[in-house]
Amino acid sequence: MSELSVNHLLGIKYLTKQDIDLIFETADQFKEVINRPIKKVPSLRDITIANLFFENSTRTKLSFELAEKRLSADVINFSASQSSVKKGETLIDTVNNILSMKVDMVVMRHPNPGAGVFLSKHVNASIINAGDGAHEHPTQALLDSYSIREKLGTVKGKNVVIVGDILHSRVALSNIYALQLQGANVMVCGPKTLLPKYIKDLGVKVETNLKKALEWCDVANMLRVQNERMDISYFPSTREYTQQFGVNKELLDSLNKEIVIMHPGPINRGVEITSDVADSKQAIILNQVENGVAVRMAVIYLLASKIKQ
Amino acid sequence: MSHKVLLNSKEVNIILHRLACQLIENHDDFSETVLIGIQPRGKFLADRLAQILTDDYKIKNIQLGHLDITFFRDDFRRGDKPLEANTTIISFIVEDKNVVFIDDVLYTGRSIRSALTAIQSFGRPKDIELLTLIDRRFSRHLPIQPNYRGRQVDAIDNQKVIVKWLENEGEDAVYLVDK
Repeated sequence: MSELSVNHLLGIKYLTKQDIDLIFETADQFKEVINRPIKKVPSLRDITIANLFFENSTRTKLSFELAEKRLSADVINFSASQSSVKKGETLIDTVNNILSMKVDMVVMRHPNPGAGVFLSKHVNASIINAGDGAHEHPTQALLDSYSIREKLGTVKGKNVVIVGDILHSRVALSNIYALQLQGANVMVCGPKTLLPKYIKDLGVKVETNLKKALEWCDVANMLRVQNERMDISYFPSTREYTQQFGVNKELLDSLNKEIVIMHPGPINRGVEITSDVADSKQAIILNQVENGVAVRMAVIYLLASKIKQ
Repeated sequence: MSHKVLLNSKEVNIILHRLACQLIENHDDFSETVLIGIQPRGKFLADRLAQILTDDYKIKNIQLGHLDITFFRDDFRRGDKPLEANTTIISFIVEDKNVVFIDDVLYTGRSIRSALTAIQSFGRPKDIELLTLIDRRFSRHLPIQPNYRGRQVDAIDNQKVIVKWLENEGEDAVYLVDK
């Protein structure tokens, strides 16, 4: 019988290939469950999960909450904007106060990289990183790989390009780790100002010409331009970014093959991809959202099985 | 570890045909009946019975599904081993149908309790029956009994009943093993 090699999901960096396989096999079963007339199972009826979101999120928070409720866990939600964090309370004090209410698992989004790792060393609960600054977003990377596997049969050997704001993207880093662990070839493509200097050290190809990148790949994962994380101007204008790194129907039609288009959302329609591309049959953006619930159910279920009664 | 053969291949075959005939007696042409093999081991018995009903007794359009109960069990986080899920394949509605649960061994009854909860995700059956190849009587934790049983077996708690199937283990046989 297999189990996860970790007690927390802090980043893809800490997982093994076997962990990812186990998460995907379990997610397959949960995907079947969430397509039943009754989408709920009683597995986690004795588990309490706190969703601590120190940074705004809509889809990730909803996806986690839905996953937890479909596993019958008790859920409490916390938003930093409506809390004592504003009064100067530290992260550990906030979390310890919540854990005093007998919480078994914490799903945390935090603006600071490493917040999840820090927390896992100081509190006695299972931690799931739902995004820590520009560091990692492991469940997003897992659902992205799961969606590629569902669409193309396997991740191994596939050419995947991640396009856009690599510098500020936790999705990009987690995806690079996850895809490489599963044997995919990874390329990043974007303006030079948005490609980190260390990126080649991760063993990825680098391309600044979008057309060449799309000709090379089987899958293009289009990232959102994160204006909120840009303290300086990284490109002259949104219009220029769209002209050089936006995907439109004409560009896709000019390729001699059909590639898969992904986007972690939220989409800036007309910036990273045009509406006709986002709504085309090549785009699996809504499949990613559906798979997100199944993958998060699998992660929560497998981590909960390691919490001793 | 000692092995005792409870049923050999020939005996298993006779019992399977008897169980198939008992099902026909109660369910006629199976138009209102669905067979549900309980994962992981009940699916082999369910598949075999469906095959006999189709091939030997010419019953058409048998509705057969496989139900995984992992997420409905009451021992999650209690055992030493993690619970690993299997596949559920039920491509029909069980609403108002006569459901026959099929499992290889009935022991404590907890798996069947979980199956009773799990099947509700697919509708409200008219009634539910239980068919089991081996009924370990005197071992029940819950008030659950089979409607159809292949062989009743008296075994103590440190003994295990192992059912082997030709498709999976290369032989049809039932063994009583000391743990």
